[in-house]
Amino acid sequence: MIEFILARYNYWIVILLMMTGLYIVFSRGNLVKTIIGLNIFQTSVFFLYITMGKIIGGTAPILVAGEDEEAHAAAPHDGAHVSPAADHETGVSLADPSSAAHSAEPLSADEAAAYVEGGKANALPDHGGAAEHPGQDLHSLPEVEGASNTLFDPNLPSSASTATFSGSPAPDLEPGIDVVVGHSGGMAAAEHGQGTVVDAVTGAINGTIYSNPLPHVLILTAIVVGVATTAVGLALAIRIREAYGTIEEDALEQMNNEAEFGRRGEPGRAAS
Amino acid sequence: MNITDHLPVLPVVIPLVSAPLAIFLPKGQWVWGWATLISWVTFAAAVALLLTVNASSAGVVEYDLGDWPSPLGIVYRIDLLGALVMALVAGMAAVIFPYARFSIEREIGSEQNNAFYALFLISLAGLEGVTATGDAFNVFVFLEISSLSTYALVAMGARLDRRALTAAFTYLVLGTIGATFFVIGLGLLYQATGTLNMLDLHDRLSGLDNKVVRAGFAFIVTGLGLKVAMFPLHRWMPDAYTYAPSAVSAFLASTATKVAVYAMLRFIFTVFGPTFPFLIVALDFFMVLGLIGMVVASLIAVFRDDVKQMLAFSSVAQLGYMLLGISFATVDGVAAAATHLFNHALMKAALFMAVGAVVYAIGSHQIVAFRGLGKRMPVTAACFIIAGLSLVGVPFTAGFISKYVLIQAAFEATLSLPSIIIVALIVLSSLLAVAYIGRVAYEMYLSDPPAVAKPVRVPLLMVVPMVVMALANIYIGMDGEGIVNLTRRAAEILNVGAF
Repeated sequence: MIEFILARYNYWIVILLMMTGLYIVFSRGNLVKTIIGLNIFQTSVFFLYITMGKIIGGTAPILVAGEDEEAHAAAPHDGAHVSPAADHETGVSLADPSSAAHSAEPLSADEAAAYVEGGKANALPDHGGAAEHPGQDLHSLPEVEGASNTLFDPNLPSSASTATFSGSPAPDLEPGIDVVVGHSGGMAAAEHGQGTVVDAVTGAINGTIYSNPLPHVLILTAIVVGVATTAVGLALAIRIREAYGTIEEDALEQMNNEAEFGRRGEPGRAAS
Repeated sequence: MNITDHLPVLPVVIPLVSAPLAIFLPKGQWVWGWATLISWVTFAAAVALLLTVNASSAGVVEYDLGDWPSPLGIVYRIDLLGALVMALVAGMAAVIFPYARFSIEREIGSEQNNAFYALFLISLAGLEGVTATGDAFNVFVFLEISSLSTYALVAMGARLDRRALTAAFTYLVLGTIGATFFVIGLGLLYQATGTLNMLDLHDRLSGLDNKVVRAGFAFIVTGLGLKVAMFPLHRWMPDAYTYAPSAVSAFLASTATKVAVYAMLRFIFTVFGPTFPFLIVALDFFMVLGLIGMVVASLIAVFRDDVKQMLAFSSVAQLGYMLLGISFATVDGVAAAATHLFNHALMKAALFMAVGAVVYAIGSHQIVAFRGLGKRMPVTAACFIIAGLSLVGVPFTAGFISKYVLIQAAFEATLSLPSIIIVALIVLSSLLAVAYIGRVAYEMYLSDPPAVAKPVRVPLLMVVPMVVMALANIYIGMDGEGIVNLTRRAAEILNVGAF
């Protein structure tokens, strides 16, 4: 039980921050403090998304120069779209073969072909350039003919990939325990154990695993939105201070009520 | 490449790229002319899109952004409901932009002219984006694009009344909490499925019912509920609508909450869908909240002396009708909700524009300003009455059509509450609407005008859009067949029938 709780410490941080932020928003009367509370609340969501993208032992999803560029060009995309499918953190057992098959769906031959097709439309013109500068272009996957073959050919000799997989999150193989750290790794490892072809999906090529980049991109967007909201909120607080001379909610409310219902002994609504 | 190939993105892209240009144009009529032109072009694109979608056999148009195929890339997927709401939003903008010119000049002055039109265009782009996108995370981004500009637009009412600032602040805090709840929900869904594409989400969610998905659903519905101003979550709305500039109130009341309702429909029926067992429980909540909201908010509206605030509470009540229609989970119910969504936008736009004309001429939106208006400003008073009757649901107005289909749907659906109670409450809420519209009507036609200076003459540019909206209410009331058939087909495409 304690292990269960401790192993999910990052979720506890998220919940703690979320509740702290919301409490500050609702309990504090000062407008700036309200905005600080809002920021803490939003930060908890950032952590939630970062937790999703983290894969144990995974490095940043940036190509490492000098390694097998074909596989690397492929890895980040697949990481983005397949590994999170493993995050059935409650209820669905990781070893459940049907769910495993379900998560592997996006790699079906048809979609892969569609992907190659779509990718080609976006491909940079320099065919050879991609091979020369592997770090340059993540979109060039379909250009490198070898990459798609290696990835999606079911007849790929699995022995080679098994070897490359060593040093990756082997402990995560037990389903249920690996939930917090490296769910995706665990899932892919499980699939790997079943002899499926998704070994490259972990990004575990030559011992390198990549974190899932998509949650990071998403949360980057949310951070931008959060910064914009804070800016607008603070600007409003300044304007309120100019117009009312205070940023305490109680005083503001009192002034608004007086404006609406009139003070005792004064004529009623200003408008009438 | 033909420009029509890109039709699905045009209503989003055109206002978005034109907005920064509005900052650099000379003040006054140039920037206004530019913004109005853009709103008309956007409207034309949206209508063209609606016709295309309606003509296609499946009733769906897809567009892959950057040619990345779904579900990997971000896809714009516009079905009939989306196209309808999109055309509605663009249409409202096309009517309200001409109206805004003099109204804004009087209410916020000419200094902030450029910022106003730029923000207005951005808000329009954001709302169009929500209706166009087929990507769940994109909904959040577009909602926030429109919301952020809306906060600033509401705050611009501060020149007339400083309470606009506190209203905007409350709106910002609650709107942000709503958006953040929505993102939390999306995150949980992403953890459960590994995708953000709506159709892909639906495929993978089918048959999946665990705590993560349920929590995600709850977060998303609550977050969107805050944006919709669903009954207990409506606190931000009356103040924001009351103190915003009139043109902004008219635009927000007729589009912003409607788009949020659309997003709610999209998530309930497209993303989660009938296979999600928890949905039935949630829909029962929708029904109860919708019914309470309908009656309580109407009751509050009766006792408001500020006409804009009265109309804002009435909006909360009218949103209750839409939630009620959604909660039936039948094709008829959702079609009724969509019909009312459309018609309510027409009524509230006309009503808020009439109030805006009164603010222009007399300088106040308190009910006392409406005294004797029938003699002093006959056209404005007539428009208010027509739209007010439509709100009540009098025959030969748009409101009658939507209430008729809603009541019909209530009788035909098998519900957890007896249909007769629901219908009784709908009628009760309509009677309350008679009460609050009647109060204004009494002041307008039966009170003596105060012996003060004649009201300022309202420019034609404000009168024409107002009259157009009032006539639209009557037109829909006379010939409601078109909109009812359209929403019905939209509901069928939404796959509501599978319940």
